[in-house]
Amino acid sequence: MIARFRRYAIENELLHLFLHNRVAQLAAFIALVMIGGAVLASFVAPTDPYDLASYDLLDSLLPPSWVEGGDPRFFIGTDDQGRDLLSAILYGTRLSLTVGLLSISFACVLGVSVGLTAGYLGGRFDAFVMRIADVQLSLPAILTALLIDGIARGILPQQSHDDLMIVVLTIAIGLSLWVNFARTARASTFVEKNKEYVQATEIMGMHPVRIMLVQILPNILGPIMVILTVDLAVAILLEATLSFLGVGVPPNQPSLGTLIRIGTEYLFSGEWWIVAFPSLTLIVLIVSVNILGDFLRDALNPKLR
Amino acid sequence: MTALLEVRDLTVSIPSRFGEFTAVNQVSLEIDAGEIHGVVGESGAGKSTVGSAIIGLLESPARISKGSIRLQGDELTSLDETDYHRLRGDRISMIFQDPQTSLNPLLSIADQLIETIRQHRKLSEEDARRQAIELLAETGIDSAEQRMNDYPHQFSGGMRQRVVIALALCTDPELIIADEPTTALDVSVQKQILGLIRDLAAQRKVGFLLITHDIGVIAEITDRVTVLQHGKVVETGPTAAVLGSPQEPYTQALMAAVPRLDRRLSRFRNIVSVETRMEGENLWKIEGASASHASNWLLGGDKVARHAPVAVGRATERADNALLRVDDLDVTFGARRSWFSRTPGLKALSGVSLHLHRGEVLGVVGESGSGKSTLAKAIVGLAPTSGGSMQFNGSPLPDGRHRPRSHLVRRQIQMVFQDPYSSLNNRRTVEAILTEPLLFYKLASKGADTRRLVASVLELVEMPQRAMLKYPHQFSGGQRQRIAVARALMARPDFLICDEPTSALDVSIQAQILNLLKDLQSNFGLTILFISHNLAVVRQMADRVVVLRRGQVVESAVSETFFNAPQADYSQQLLRETPSLSLLGTPV
Repeated sequence: MIARFRRYAIENELLHLFLHNRVAQLAAFIALVMIGGAVLASFVAPTDPYDLASYDLLDSLLPPSWVEGGDPRFFIGTDDQGRDLLSAILYGTRLSLTVGLLSISFACVLGVSVGLTAGYLGGRFDAFVMRIADVQLSLPAILTALLIDGIARGILPQQSHDDLMIVVLTIAIGLSLWVNFARTARASTFVEKNKEYVQATEIMGMHPVRIMLVQILPNILGPIMVILTVDLAVAILLEATLSFLGVGVPPNQPSLGTLIRIGTEYLFSGEWWIVAFPSLTLIVLIVSVNILGDFLRDALNPKLR
Repeated sequence: MTALLEVRDLTVSIPSRFGEFTAVNQVSLEIDAGEIHGVVGESGAGKSTVGSAIIGLLESPARISKGSIRLQGDELTSLDETDYHRLRGDRISMIFQDPQTSLNPLLSIADQLIETIRQHRKLSEEDARRQAIELLAETGIDSAEQRMNDYPHQFSGGMRQRVVIALALCTDPELIIADEPTTALDVSVQKQILGLIRDLAAQRKVGFLLITHDIGVIAEITDRVTVLQHGKVVETGPTAAVLGSPQEPYTQALMAAVPRLDRRLSRFRNIVSVETRMEGENLWKIEGASASHASNWLLGGDKVARHAPVAVGRATERADNALLRVDDLDVTFGARRSWFSRTPGLKALSGVSLHLHRGEVLGVVGESGSGKSTLAKAIVGLAPTSGGSMQFNGSPLPDGRHRPRSHLVRRQIQMVFQDPYSSLNNRRTVEAILTEPLLFYKLASKGADTRRLVASVLELVEMPQRAMLKYPHQFSGGQRQRIAVARALMARPDFLICDEPTSALDVSIQAQILNLLKDLQSNFGLTILFISHNLAVVRQMADRVVVLRRGQVVESAVSETFFNAPQADYSQQLLRETPSLSLLGTPV
């Protein structure tokens, strides 16, 4: 078993490079721990921040337990409503990751299908779609997200805001990130569609949709995976930014962004921990995901070796 | 007298994660001034590595681990980077394969030549310019003075290679390393460039190390030759002796695999199997799968009546009853008509007519840009036609845009492509690749039946059945081409188009693939349109030959007649310019 793994590790380029890259390993470890903590938040967290009965206003703004005046029940302190900050961060990471993953998947599916079709068909469709992408690219992602968010708030009835906010956020972030996928997919498809294996299936008379999905798609997944990882970090950041600006998730569902926003209000009155720990979590998460993305990009790019 | 270049026991190793790999193993060779020394071998033999080692341009992590290289007595292996840099260009120059990429497209020829000359010698701009013009004239560029200020893209491929040679000469080096200098060129240009190298060696007393995979080139101009295999010297000596009466089994096999322009062999014999087979590879079998199962399936049970193979020599010029008829075919690229303008476009084929009988092999030859591949694409429906008509099996064959996806012809005509590295989808297993046509054309239903057929056809193309479990990247070029042939066979075609099927392969592999195609053709009576730029290969395969030039048919004749007495001037020229091995006598 171990011998087989060793041999596989030598033969598999990606695994080999990973096993010789300490930084990537560290980043993967940290990312895994954070994702694990977030997924298992309801088991790991000391309290449930969604449960109104579990916290008490009397406990509000307690410093971390090792600081004078700290309470051993709240390891890294509490926020302005008396919620345990550690639990809030765990649940917040879960929400941030959920929104990030959902929106990046949405962007990926949308971008790849558009890019693949545009690259394969070429001509007018390609020109039309890619001009839209250019326009999209000239707007900052955060503006696109704010715009869509604002429109959704205007259209949707007031009482369903909170329930639908995650869906709206996903779509808003997804729509501001699809261009990267579309461009990458289109460029790779251009290369692949002129290869002889695609011509062979065209001679057979295979349906274009099937050629795109069965023949070309698997061959362009490499660069797509890289964009996926790099843009995951961007998506998480966007969610945090939107929440920080107060247009993201509702305040009763703590995400990393909302926690940071609450924290900034108390920053100058000495309660540094409310902003420090969520920010630290966000930074570490983003950096480790980014390192993984860079590793993937380098590993899959033969020119850099 | 000491030799110009003396290489002793040169060993180049490349550390890799699979362990140390010895690319060049104890190679020794000598070159005298004015001698052209050929280094020949198949891909992976370490030919280019020897060249790079001599000029000191080994790519990291490769390194010289043993041996010595002496240029007129000066040891080169102990030089440091700065000294080597001074020596390169000054005493050793290099000519690369692709003149397209070895010249800087942003600088004029004059800039590149003058800069190089002044790098190595203290000369005024004026003197350097005069010298550059002389060099260009010497390498056969007409009105050199006017052309000096042109940019590389304004020269044709052959002219560009002449400029590269002038560039290599401009520092008056003692040794020039030419790495596949004519591989990217057409035969007529190749002939001229080789003649130029020959003259330069004689007049300037420059030593040439000519690296090539093409035995024809070696036979044409080298004085001595070294045959490499797996980084080791197999045989070395005067060219006529080594190629004419090879002593080593490998050289003999290599020579036997070279297609001859002057005769047609029914089969290539005495081929060494270069491919290493893994132990136990042949033990893995699917029950009931065998080559004969595949033969039976290909021959029988089909609704389309199979015809007995046509004997060689029965080929005629008469066009009645042809399986495929092409009349006055035009293909135009890039023609556009808008409200404002009309772009006439490029005529890739104009007025091409040809026909193929059942069971016949038609060779299509021509230089690059002659429209060979366009013809194939027009027939299979990848290139839309702009005039003329095609008929297949008696019924009209619509062109690509008007051919429905379910058209019967899409199964009956199959294609084998040039580049086996891009003609197979790397992300799918061989089994998936081969099953696809079966299911797509509904020739078999999914299940044990299909697997048995896939394994059988693999065996028919002389691949182990276990190959179906692997991915294309795990195979060599020759094996991939076999898989590509197998994929074409899975459709049970009547008509096979082979577009340069062996030009990306080594000679011994080429011989194997040609043998395979010959066998398939005679066993199943396949009709083959065989496209190649290599006349010698076409001679081995074709019953009839069509010569294309600039999109037009120049000559069409029965193969034997064509090769013995070509009619058109262009065909005569083509045949004359193809390097022949006739000076080496009759092979075994």
